Amino acid sequence: MNAEQTPRTRGRIWFEALAGKYAKLVPSVPSVLVADTTLQNERVRFLAVVPDPDNRFPCARQGQVGLQEGWNLAKQVREAIQADEKGEKRAIVAIVDVPSQAYGRREELLGIFLAAAAATDAYVSARLAGHPVISLLAGHAISGGYLTHGAQSNRLLAFNDPGVMIHAMAKKAAALVTRRSVEELDKLAEKVIPMSYRVEDYAKLGTLYKLIDGVNVDSPEAKHVEQVRADLLAAIADARSGQRDLSSRLQSEGARKSRSATLEVRRRLAEQWNVG
Amino acid sequence: MSRATLLDSRQFLARKSFIELNARERAQALMDQGTFRELLGPFDRLESPWLPMQGVVPQADDGLIVARGRIGGKDSVILAIEGRFQGGSAGEVSGAKMTAALDLAHEDGEKGRPIQVVLLLETGGVRLQEANLGLEAIAEINSSLVALRQHVPVIGVIAGMVGCFGGMSITASLCSYLIMTREARLGLNGPEVIEEIAGIEEFDARDRQFIWGVTGGEQRHATGFADDLVEDDVEAVKKCIIEAFGLGIPSKHRSEQVDDYLKRLAAIDVSDQLECSAVRKLEWKKESL
Repeated sequence: MNAEQTPRTRGRIWFEALAGKYAKLVPSVPSVLVADTTLQNERVRFLAVVPDPDNRFPCARQGQVGLQEGWNLAKQVREAIQADEKGEKRAIVAIVDVPSQAYGRREELLGIFLAAAAATDAYVSARLAGHPVISLLAGHAISGGYLTHGAQSNRLLAFNDPGVMIHAMAKKAAALVTRRSVEELDKLAEKVIPMSYRVEDYAKLGTLYKLIDGVNVDSPEAKHVEQVRADLLAAIADARSGQRDLSSRLQSEGARKSRSATLEVRRRLAEQWNVG
Repeated sequence: MSRATLLDSRQFLARKSFIELNARERAQALMDQGTFRELLGPFDRLESPWLPMQGVVPQADDGLIVARGRIGGKDSVILAIEGRFQGGSAGEVSGAKMTAALDLAHEDGEKGRPIQVVLLLETGGVRLQEANLGLEAIAEINSSLVALRQHVPVIGVIAGMVGCFGGMSITASLCSYLIMTREARLGLNGPEVIEEIAGIEEFDARDRQFIWGVTGGEQRHATGFADDLVEDDVEAVKKCIIEAFGLGIPSKHRSEQVDDYLKRLAAIDVSDQLECSAVRKLEWKKESL
């Protein structure tokens, strides 16, 4: 496929910008971009899922995360784990711009849920092995697409930009399933924070390490790219000195406010665990 | 462990349905007599803070039963999702109960006190009224599950009738062993949503035979996505769980078999729409499963 036909999505824009022109491209399927590079002293493997109009799976041609994408993400993450088994663990950075998982018959028959599990497993295993795993939420991070690519990182960074949307289900589909109109959904989201489609509201849940301000996400200038590289390096350093599980998401100020029920469940279950 | 557990006619008549039980009854039925102990039960009143804001009545256990006890004489925890409350969907509280229990079992495993873990999955996935916290809950469940299964096998059971969909289908696929009945279904996307997004030619959500043909336990077992197919019978389900625990931790979990699955995917012609029967003929199953 030639470059002119390739849609310039945020995933591709940020993959190319951050990896830089000296990055070593790792052979992969067209919908999963992989590059190894160095940011200051950190070796980094960048991964992005992008649209492939020629994808042999027709329901995964617009950047959806499907069978090929799940299994190939798993392969590329596992290769990094294996290559670094005895040495310094490189950072793994997922650039996230995924409209959804793929919705199709082929996908269900051939086990898209297992492909998603394989990528999930690989990202978690990388984290447990000591790799800093970082996600940059640059565009959409929806539902099964996000669970497969992005959700398992030690540190989550997102652009503070209206084009960034983290959600359990795309708006139209959510309206269908909950039997509400899109307008009703928007209104409800104003008072129920976890239902909101706005990234500023998502940030209130406390899962983000950083909300990045002041960047032109669709056509970044050189200084923006430098700023984001610095943010990534800070996140990598923070992940290296922190826990390998996802506990940092629960230690934030936002989590103390918005996820008090989660914290109470954890405290009280621990109390009851060995009693009786 | 790839085989279907079938009953003869005498056993068939004597069976006690597992599917007809609610989540608490299922956990009670699986635990050895007199050992069932519920944690964070209804009297603890840990319910969803988000549902009342939307005029939805919450439930005092948020539809998730945490039970400790013994299965086959061994220390066990059962996490049972109540499919009759909000379609078994994962909310902040029900999800946190699962993650917290997996983490506590992990701590015990690290201290040399292994606890068998069983997940009874009846769920449509993320609870959309709690959207991003449900999504986050599933991400955290999956993370804790992968960490835990290094220490002890985790058994997933999908009995029906809700089935296991959405993000929780990923959870099911991360289990060390997955057991299904013929009545159960497993899929990432619900049939109605696929039909709405991809069209009725792609997926006819009203065609029950087709839906079960794609997502049903028999198909999932035949194509290697589930390890065991079990009759809808309490004793049969329990026996199957004990046998699965007996196998120990798999040398390679299904979700780690990347090269094998990539090879299989590469070998399949998907230029035309796939039929259920054609997928059964593919070499999906690994001999060792």
